Amino acid sequence: MAPVDAAMIHDITGPLAVRVFREMGGERVFDPERIIMLFDHQVPADSIPAAENHVFMRQFAEEQGIHNYDLLEGVCHQVVMEKGRAAPGEIIVGTDSHTCTYGAAGAFATGIGSTDMGFVLKFGALYFRVPESILLEVEGAFGKRVGAKDLILSLAGDIGADGATYMALEFTGRAMREMGMAGRMTCANMAIEMGAKAGIVAPDAATWDYVTARREIEPFDLAGDEDAAYAERRRYDVTDLAPQVAVPHNVDNVVDVSDVAGTKVDQVFIGSCTNGRYEDLFEAAEVMGDADRFADGVRVIVIPASRTEYLKALRAGLIERFVEAGALVEAPCCGPCMGGAFGLLASGEVSLSTSNRNFRGRQGSTQASVYLSSPATAAATALYGEITDPREV
Amino acid sequence: MRVWKFGDDIDTDAIIPGRFLTIYDPAELAKHAFEGTRDEFAKEAREGDVVVGGSNFGCGSSREHAPLALLGAGVKVVVAKSFARIFYRNAVNTGLLPLVCPEAESIRDGDAVAVNLADGYIEAGGRRLPIEPVPGFMKEIVDAGGLVAYAKNLDEVKRCSTE
Repeated sequence: MAPVDAAMIHDITGPLAVRVFREMGGERVFDPERIIMLFDHQVPADSIPAAENHVFMRQFAEEQGIHNYDLLEGVCHQVVMEKGRAAPGEIIVGTDSHTCTYGAAGAFATGIGSTDMGFVLKFGALYFRVPESILLEVEGAFGKRVGAKDLILSLAGDIGADGATYMALEFTGRAMREMGMAGRMTCANMAIEMGAKAGIVAPDAATWDYVTARREIEPFDLAGDEDAAYAERRRYDVTDLAPQVAVPHNVDNVVDVSDVAGTKVDQVFIGSCTNGRYEDLFEAAEVMGDADRFADGVRVIVIPASRTEYLKALRAGLIERFVEAGALVEAPCCGPCMGGAFGLLASGEVSLSTSNRNFRGRQGSTQASVYLSSPATAAATALYGEITDPREV
Repeated sequence: MRVWKFGDDIDTDAIIPGRFLTIYDPAELAKHAFEGTRDEFAKEAREGDVVVGGSNFGCGSSREHAPLALLGAGVKVVVAKSFARIFYRNAVNTGLLPLVCPEAESIRDGDAVAVNLADGYIEAGGRRLPIEPVPGFMKEIVDAGGLVAYAKNLDEVKRCSTE
């Protein structure tokens, strides 16, 4: 058993965790200040059951003295990071598989189910199997309009959807050191897509700058031991990496964008905990250049990952550009990635998405197709209505 | 009791699509289990049927609705060549027994099936296939009947230090 430093619950998996907490005889949570609650999957409530869940969770927060970000702040993983609720060396659990995102802050963070969370809410601890680690040494410098998402998609393609099951991925190397926090979050976020329990970027000055700007904490050294035993070491060089696309219906089904260029799309989604930050929206806008319209017949849905990121994009004029070009810009939430709220696909439709999963049925009909890419590739695709290499725009 | 055979990388979106996640009752979830992926499952699955997958069964979302939907359909055992981590824990915690069977791929859809935990095998289609033992700590929780029952007997968790 290990104590947890923080526990995150949201509107989809939280209600079940609270029910389990009660079934376990829970009366008071272990520490309300270590519990992070917010709603992001079905906000604003898209159905009466969703609204009932929100009320249920609000009542629990009030009863227990838990600070509830409610539906005001955005997608859970972005909010946990930007509110400084994750820091190097911490153990954080969340009832969401992409909780591994906080590895970008040097935390050991992992997704758990609702029953495990019920146990955590009561006891503040959980049983863990200590994972073996795979060291990923990522060298080189990215080419034009190639970045973190292309890297993590190529890693998923190389390692496979279950190639890191129960392991921790440790990201190191020049390309990681030179990557900003937004990109590191994109990488850590998708560790789960290789089955990993955690994806950790060794904390450096950039990590501490990010964390200390959000929380009172004294930086300390935290790094892998020089003689640490790794289950495996893998070395990559991103210098010649092309934009990557995951093709239906598995995240590890990854090809160079040229292999699928020309594929017609019905919808482009730019957002999610993977790629909904200001940097991602900026990357998309940069590809747009002087273009003032997205292609006819393509629905472009843009969802900033949080209120903070939305405001940054708004003040920089990005939102205006997207709207003028024909995009639907929605309030921060999981959007089509959740496959239950809005932006769903009909049978036979094709979507290109900057999110993290292209499973059959993930964004609507099981007869629809979802491709995954970077924001740059998504913007290029939105301009032409077919999958397009952003370097050729 | 029959086998429902699935392939590799069966994700939790396939087991229970995202639009049904406001449901928490296992029996209600079961009505939508594998909806759009294998529609006859919800109608025809019977108490004691066994779901069999290939590698990486249960990958994707941490939604505990997935094991609950299978339990609601009467499934008590899932057999696979390998499991995704979160699904494996969720299954144990909710009382759905995940069994790793290296030869799971050779099991056929519709096979008659019986599980013999004590002797470490499943019998499917008239053949005995070895299963891996459920690991120690997990076994304690399964034996207690799931994590809720296990936790009821705990007054305080003995915490180890992370120092």
